[in-house]
Amino acid sequence: MNTLNRVVIFGATSSIAEQTARQLVQQGASVYCIGRNPERLATVIADLKTRAGNSQIIDGISADLTRTDKHESLIATANDSLGGLDAALIAHGSLPEQQKCEQDITLTLQEFDTNALSVISLLTLLANRFEKQQRGVIATISSVAGDRGRQSNYIYGAAKGMVSLFMQGLRNRLHKHNVSVVTIKPGFVDTPMTKGFDKSGFLWAQPDKVARGIIRSMQKGKGEVYLPGFWQLIMLIIRSIPESIFKRLSL
Amino acid sequence: MKPLHSWNRLPRITPDTVQALSAPSLPDQATLPFCIYGNGRSYGDVCLSDQGTLLHTRTLDRFIHFDRHQGILRCQSGVTLEEILQLIVPHGWFLPSTPGTRYATVGGCLANDVHGKNHHEAGSFGHHVTAFELIKSDGEALVCSPDDNHEYFYATIGGLGLTGLISWVEIQLMSIQNSWMWVEAQRFGNLDEFWYLNEKAEQNWPYTVAWIDCLARNNARGRGILLTGQHAASQPQLPRYRELPLTVPVTPPFSLINNLSLRSFNNVYYRQPLKAQGSLCHYSPYFYPLDAIQNWNRIYGHKGFYQYQCVLPPAVAPEATSELLKAIAASGQGSFLAVLKTFGQKPSRGLLSFPRPGATLALDFPNRGERTLKLFETLDAIVMAAEGALYPAKDARMPAELFRAGYPDWEKFCNFVDPAFSSHFWRRMTA
Repeated sequence: MNTLNRVVIFGATSSIAEQTARQLVQQGASVYCIGRNPERLATVIADLKTRAGNSQIIDGISADLTRTDKHESLIATANDSLGGLDAALIAHGSLPEQQKCEQDITLTLQEFDTNALSVISLLTLLANRFEKQQRGVIATISSVAGDRGRQSNYIYGAAKGMVSLFMQGLRNRLHKHNVSVVTIKPGFVDTPMTKGFDKSGFLWAQPDKVARGIIRSMQKGKGEVYLPGFWQLIMLIIRSIPESIFKRLSL
Repeated sequence: MKPLHSWNRLPRITPDTVQALSAPSLPDQATLPFCIYGNGRSYGDVCLSDQGTLLHTRTLDRFIHFDRHQGILRCQSGVTLEEILQLIVPHGWFLPSTPGTRYATVGGCLANDVHGKNHHEAGSFGHHVTAFELIKSDGEALVCSPDDNHEYFYATIGGLGLTGLISWVEIQLMSIQNSWMWVEAQRFGNLDEFWYLNEKAEQNWPYTVAWIDCLARNNARGRGILLTGQHAASQPQLPRYRELPLTVPVTPPFSLINNLSLRSFNNVYYRQPLKAQGSLCHYSPYFYPLDAIQNWNRIYGHKGFYQYQCVLPPAVAPEATSELLKAIAASGQGSFLAVLKTFGQKPSRGLLSFPRPGATLALDFPNRGERTLKLFETLDAIVMAAEGALYPAKDARMPAELFRAGYPDWEKFCNFVDPAFSSHFWRRMTA
């Protein structure tokens, strides 16, 4: 079991990350939160501080994570604040408007910056740090959308797919250094990110349940995790459809 | 859009648009009016609307500050009492006033000025609110307390979410020694015995409430069990407590509560052996017995149920309560959930607060359509003659005249209603 006593969270104001942070704090962890919107981040940190015991450290800083040149100093600050790092959770991201992106290459590349390149920068820096200390957990919230390109959201899917593939390699590289690299692939989650969808039906999960799954997977040092678990089966079927048929489907 | 309902599953009202608030502010571009929906634990339409935008506040679930020494808690309005208890009880604090469910939001408790079994000592929820923030549709954010913006403070307590969006609430908690209660139960054979026992109990116990067998007739009318309690003193050793998760998994096509099942159940329940010397009980089954069964509201079937809760002034309470029970027993309707309690003298703070000196009777009724509504007309007449009032948080059908008679300050209250806010209930009462 990996210990999760000192955890840095990127994108801490996202619903899934916030629920994960609450549960980690409940379990006694110290948490360093990084988020884009300073006001929202302040409310999240105040909430976590209220839930935490006196010996737990809760702190954070607001930052634009597409500024990859700041990543090293952010990680160093988090490390100093918590007195070391046991784990990192990378949870920031945005859900692009597919149709707008199709007509606007600048927007498309921005989405790749947010959802893929900034993540790869953080992963690289965290990997080197944890490799040196010969332990640690790096978890990233990827997506089931990264398992196969579909016309309805292949920009998001391609970015998440890049992250998932990058992490496969990282996992392979860091296995011998006792570092767990955990790819979280949530299905549909009822969060503000998915505002505007009809969320009735069994496919939609609540963020606190997904958060429980994330913590369990980080503790156990799992590789790729679908949350809730039934998405593994759904995606197995989706992946196994031959491309000659898949291209005709409207998914 | 899917139709929405509150805990009693009626009325079912299809909102125009629904939006979950991700931040404590009103959305810029939204169709008006706004209506606030917390966790849907009221019994009626104070949180429902078929017009404008229904705002879900359950997403405003962050704590802001907890002073562990003074017992002062500030949190966003969508935090539930359950989440508060999980935070505060380990530190030796408790809610100074709590309704019978811990799944209500703190904003809902404020907006309905809810009460608990300790009203005769502690007053209602609003008495323990030290401050809150009210966000108005014109963009103004008012911090309200007895000292600041006091007019909005008194209008918003019990103000049914109509004065604006309550973004956060600060409450003064009460200290406890542990999470257990010391409880005693006494049987009473009729209403006269209840009034006698209850008066004595109120002098000695912070918490009192009575279960009533609403179908008992004649000499046994109003028989029941008086439950009294207090927070346990510090104990050398405490029992262990584990909650069993129970749930009603499906909604049956018809109500499982009917005259036959109810009559037998009440007979058995009334005759249960009572521990005369008292016993320890964890706070959770004591305050929230029904919360232990998830979705218990489903037992009334697809048609849902009504709750009827009235308050009757002290001078006429014994007589009027007796008349109400007589009418209910004669109709053969009613349910296991029949509760009688007396309110204390402490005047409520809110312009539209329900608690006031006198006795309050609350009953559930399976929805049998016309028959049930007919019975309510009879009950309304008794309440009206007694100059009593019905509880908006538990109402899906009261006539506007009864509301206006029971809440003489309603016109004054109208001055504080935000023009961009309304609800199905409010339109019923003011149309």
